[in-house]
Amino acid sequence: MKNKIIQNTAFTLIALTMLATLFFLASIIYFAAARGLPALSWEFITEVPRNGMTEGGVAPAIAGTFYLTMGAVLFAFPLGVACAVYLQEYSPKGYIVNIIRMGINNLAGVPSVVFGLFGLAVFVKFFGFGVSILSGSLTLGILILPGIISASQEALMAVPLSFREASLAMGATQWQTIRGITLPAALPGILTGLIISIGRAAGETAPILFTAATLYRKGYPTSIFSEVMALPYHIYALMSEGVNPQKQTAIAYGCALILIVLVGLMSSLAIIIRNKYRSVYGH
Amino acid sequence: MDTKEAGIKVSDLNFYYDKFRALKNINLDIPGGGITALIGPSGCGKSTLIRLFNRMSDLVPKTRAEGKIILDGQNILEPSLDVVKLRRKVGMVFQKPNPFPKTIYQNIAYGLEIGGNKDKGFIRHKVEDSLKKAALWDDVKDRLHQSALGMSGGQQQRLCIARALAVDPKVILFDEPCASLDPISTARIEELMLGLKRNYTIIIVTHNMQQAARTSDYTAFMYLGELIEFGKTDRIFTVPREKKTEEYLSGRFG
Repeated sequence: MKNKIIQNTAFTLIALTMLATLFFLASIIYFAAARGLPALSWEFITEVPRNGMTEGGVAPAIAGTFYLTMGAVLFAFPLGVACAVYLQEYSPKGYIVNIIRMGINNLAGVPSVVFGLFGLAVFVKFFGFGVSILSGSLTLGILILPGIISASQEALMAVPLSFREASLAMGATQWQTIRGITLPAALPGILTGLIISIGRAAGETAPILFTAATLYRKGYPTSIFSEVMALPYHIYALMSEGVNPQKQTAIAYGCALILIVLVGLMSSLAIIIRNKYRSVYGH
Repeated sequence: MDTKEAGIKVSDLNFYYDKFRALKNINLDIPGGGITALIGPSGCGKSTLIRLFNRMSDLVPKTRAEGKIILDGQNILEPSLDVVKLRRKVGMVFQKPNPFPKTIYQNIAYGLEIGGNKDKGFIRHKVEDSLKKAALWDDVKDRLHQSALGMSGGQQQRLCIARALAVDPKVILFDEPCASLDPISTARIEELMLGLKRNYTIIIVTHNMQQAARTSDYTAFMYLGELIEFGKTDRIFTVPREKKTEEYLSGRFG
């Protein structure tokens, strides 16, 4: 009887913490929606800003965030997965690999503004890419790289040894085994890492502050060397500068809502691919 | 290479895991064709021995082999040996069924594809042929493009056998293939092995003495890394020459 009471109490407490988490999540979405929806209109997502950013739309910022995020993913995803494959499948286990792994995990904890300064020094100045989509994408890419490597490594580690054995015993080379068996089996886990990274790259402000973002730009970017407007930076600017706080705040919430939706859309692409793999290769 | 020639001759074989000597002076002449069972208590070295026949032993670091294992006129312990070629000649079925997380069709086609075969028609023919040889075709012909992981354990193991057959090996190694299967699935695997022995040299590691007696033509009894006795299964099980063999077979240890 006593055990039953303890069990029920524990279950209730666990359920309550779950509800608390859900509450925060729901309230974020509620506030973004409640305050953002009034600002939304067809004009808002298709037009350029007008009148000191108090009217018109934020289309260039949406496009900018999309380009920056896609650029970061295109750069970091292949690099991160390849790095994880090397560390997990090829490199001899031991001292050096452990140090590399520790380094990667530490990199994940570096504040994002430090990445911003690094991007400014290396991509903007040293390589001479200037304040541009390219510099911003590379900086964001480096920011999400540790996450992609860790997630990919975990996913590769979770692939049972028996799959690799079966493949090698068939006369497959190690590379054929990785390409044909291990990577496809690990892909759902790798894509989960990618989904989290997309959200991170799209939402970060500090790394693009000095490397890519501009407050206002006439029209859309024309090349990867263009400066861009970006949603997170636009929100920051609207809330900290300008002369018409009331109008600007409304637009900022509108931008926040769009940012959430945009991340959702980009992630759902990865989710669709992941589910397709799971349905074919899973149970 | 004829099946009769696909025998394996082991001479003066020693094998070490780092400093531990797991196999001691093994001399063994496994005839081509037929089924040879390797029996003995856990840790006697039978799995170590079978994994040398396709050099899966390479996957364990810090190991070393001395002596010779001759298959098809070639010492397969040569460091310069192409293990990819060897493993296409010597297939393996593992203790736990381990189909790839792919469709049934892709599981069988895999071995052909990695071998560089691009002829779709040929692959389709081979998939059907291998599944028929593994007595699985009727069970799965309507769901070739569904995940292999949805099959029962016994079916998965027969799929693994079909997968091995698809690349036309000469020798098939079975490492305790029924250890995780129920008696009915076990009976079907045994039946299958008996049907295959005309065309392949089959070597099976088993803990199940009845299984060795039921299926094999030759039996090798190993104990603590040594080969104690090797001979025709009928003879070993009725009149063992060594005291250790008799004790093991009568269940006095093991």
